Amino acid sequence: MEAQSAGVQGAAPAGGPGSGGTPIVRVEDVRKSYGPVDILKGVSFQIEEGDLVSIIGPSGCGKSTLLRCLNGLESLDTGVIDICGVALKRAPGGKAGAKPGANAEAEFAHAAHLLRKNVGMVFQSFNLFPHKTLLENVMLAPIVVKGTAKAEAEANAERLLQKVGLGERLDHYPIDLSGGQQQRGAIARALAMAPKVMLYDEPTSALDPGLVDEVLDVMKELDREGMTQIVVTHEMRFARDASDYIIYMEKGEIVEISDEDEMFTNPKDPRTRQFLRRFL
Amino acid sequence: MRLAFALRTRLGSAMPSAAPHCRSSRLAGLWAALLLSFWALAFGAAARAETPAAASAASASKPSGPPLRYGGDGTSGAPYIFKDPADPSRTVGFEVDIMDEIGRHLGRPVVFVQNDWSNLIPGLDAGLYDVALSGLEITAAHQAAADFSIPYYTTFGQIVIRRGEMPVDGLADLKGKSVGTLKSSQMEYVLKQAGGIDVRSYDEEIDAYSDLKLKRIDATVMDFPIAVYYAQPDRELQFTGPPIGRIAYGIALRKGAHPELLAQINTALSQMSVDGSLHAILDSWALWSPVMAQVTGDAKPMIAQPVNYEHFVEATQPSGWRAQLDRYARFLPQLGWAALMTMEISILSMVLAVGLGAALALARVYGGTVLDRLAQIYIEVVRGTPLLIQVLFIYYGLPKIGLQLDPFVAGVLALGLNYAAYEAENYRAGLLAVPRHQMEAAVALNMTERQALRNVIIPQAARMVLPPTTNDFISLIKDSSLVSVISLVELTKTYEQISTTYYDYFGTGILVAAIYLLLGLPFVRLAHWAEKHVSRGMTRSSH
Repeated sequence: MEAQSAGVQGAAPAGGPGSGGTPIVRVEDVRKSYGPVDILKGVSFQIEEGDLVSIIGPSGCGKSTLLRCLNGLESLDTGVIDICGVALKRAPGGKAGAKPGANAEAEFAHAAHLLRKNVGMVFQSFNLFPHKTLLENVMLAPIVVKGTAKAEAEANAERLLQKVGLGERLDHYPIDLSGGQQQRGAIARALAMAPKVMLYDEPTSALDPGLVDEVLDVMKELDREGMTQIVVTHEMRFARDASDYIIYMEKGEIVEISDEDEMFTNPKDPRTRQFLRRFL
Repeated sequence: MRLAFALRTRLGSAMPSAAPHCRSSRLAGLWAALLLSFWALAFGAAARAETPAAASAASASKPSGPPLRYGGDGTSGAPYIFKDPADPSRTVGFEVDIMDEIGRHLGRPVVFVQNDWSNLIPGLDAGLYDVALSGLEITAAHQAAADFSIPYYTTFGQIVIRRGEMPVDGLADLKGKSVGTLKSSQMEYVLKQAGGIDVRSYDEEIDAYSDLKLKRIDATVMDFPIAVYYAQPDRELQFTGPPIGRIAYGIALRKGAHPELLAQINTALSQMSVDGSLHAILDSWALWSPVMAQVTGDAKPMIAQPVNYEHFVEATQPSGWRAQLDRYARFLPQLGWAALMTMEISILSMVLAVGLGAALALARVYGGTVLDRLAQIYIEVVRGTPLLIQVLFIYYGLPKIGLQLDPFVAGVLALGLNYAAYEAENYRAGLLAVPRHQMEAAVALNMTERQALRNVIIPQAARMVLPPTTNDFISLIKDSSLVSVISLVELTKTYEQISTTYYDYFGTGILVAAIYLLLGLPFVRLAHWAEKHVSRGMTRSSH
């Protein structure tokens, strides 16, 4: 892990290829604004396979928007996102800030669809489907999207739910599960689509403190298995303990990308130091 | 009926294929019940479609030509066209006898078609029947809208007051008084022209006489035959004053459409007048009057006994509770058929409303700007206009642009299209109540919007809108009574017919209200059951 973490060096916007193997996620000069408000002001970085990267920063710094851009839930104004060789960019023709035409929208939707084949996402509020049991939640997407046979989807779903420690809860509806159980279920649901990269948008923020660890443990287990994971988090202890490296964002920009030890012991940028003061 | 039939057949055949998917036997039982009711509906329609033709074929002596369909209003229509009080399954009246006689002259069987009085002429234009009669007066206004035969009956307005009160000598004496008459009738026009009279217009003659007895009005002026049947036998009422005006009833045909048929009918009427058969019919109904003698030049005294009049008076006399119960029991088959009609219309309309409503709601929430706007316009227009106008427009208005619909189809369409607007807003609320994150989660799992809608959003929304949809279905069952204006005889119409025949709004009302309640109840139970079983996961369970 340590060796791979060298894959990203330096701060935005440069971020060239690192010393290790080829990057699995490549983000290049991504900009995004809502009307007059610039949310992302040219973000670039790369991540190599198997890394667990935490993105931290104050509220409103753009980290969640960045994560949503990474699987095409948000469109970008400029720049490129490349995950596993599928590139997502603003369709040519439209100029930055202008409303994209129907054609450009369709093109973007198509690219996003291809890109998501390799990307799973977990939300702050779990977003399990309340009308389906846990098992059905995990089975649904493979059957609907990939056309997987029901028996196969069911076997796979059972395996994944066992893995996240919910083998006893297959027939429960989400409403009858704790937050931690729901979030583990949501991870299993994302994994059922066999992604190469997992994105987490503040996965433990909605949980009671006592339930946080059971979710983080699942993510650590996935890290050990070599899953590439990007986590937007306020959980500094997790960022510090589990990440290969940490991206610190502020006001739509990447301020610092550092080794997790260095970030917490010796932040380079004064802004990072200011933010991390209470954790140091 | 053909389109309605096809619709029913499709529904019927769709059911069995759905049944094997059901897991629990309880669910299967439910499906079986539903299936059964659908088959019953289809069978009912078939049986009903055949009954009138068969009945009239028996009454005509040598029916060789195509059936002659005549429209009329049998609601409190004595002595014109009405349900025999002794046997409500029979339609009788002096006009029925005249039409039977005309049918014999033309060599065609005759078939009676029920329609509201005020819609009798539009019904000609809609092609619902070939001719219409029900005391339709030959007036300039009527002649502008339809062709008329020579008169088959000539009469006048009869003033009626409460027994023992001051006699009235003509219209002048009625000034300053409240006077009841029939809505849209020639007498209404005459009373209004007289000036100074407080004219109260009624849909049903029986209601006017009832208000007279209750002292809500001071007098009534209605056509002589009505007075003979509804006021003369009543001990609380009495005739008074001279004949008012001159009224001639004719048989109406669609304007300019059937000159040959018109000529045939005129010939038949002339012959009937000459050979005395018209006189005999009118005598049997106690309707021959000096005016008729004067008009026809037929000075012969009574040539037939007033058997039909006596039968009517006898059958409508107040009776003991025992006879009353027997009477209610006799209503039951008629009410049963009417209830079936009500359910048939309600269920098919609701299927249409739910389907179209869901499509409109999806268009509004997920359809993009153009579809959203179109759906919005549809919903606003339909919700902003009265259902009654929509029913009349679809049935009587659309033929103007070449779209002629069977009354059943028109009724189902009008109710379905109307309720779709309300359902659409329900379902839109349901769709919006599904958290936005649900769509996001589905898209993040790489479902397309369509897949997400189908598998994630709609199933959740459907569970939420089940209770309001059930409510709407219950109101639709009641609103379905509006289709009686386009000649469909359903439960409310049957109630009117029976209660006005016997002047028994009370007992019949309770009976019919109970039937409506029974019709709605299973669906309320079904909705409760569905809410409990289908919405699992939407509320916290006990385990």
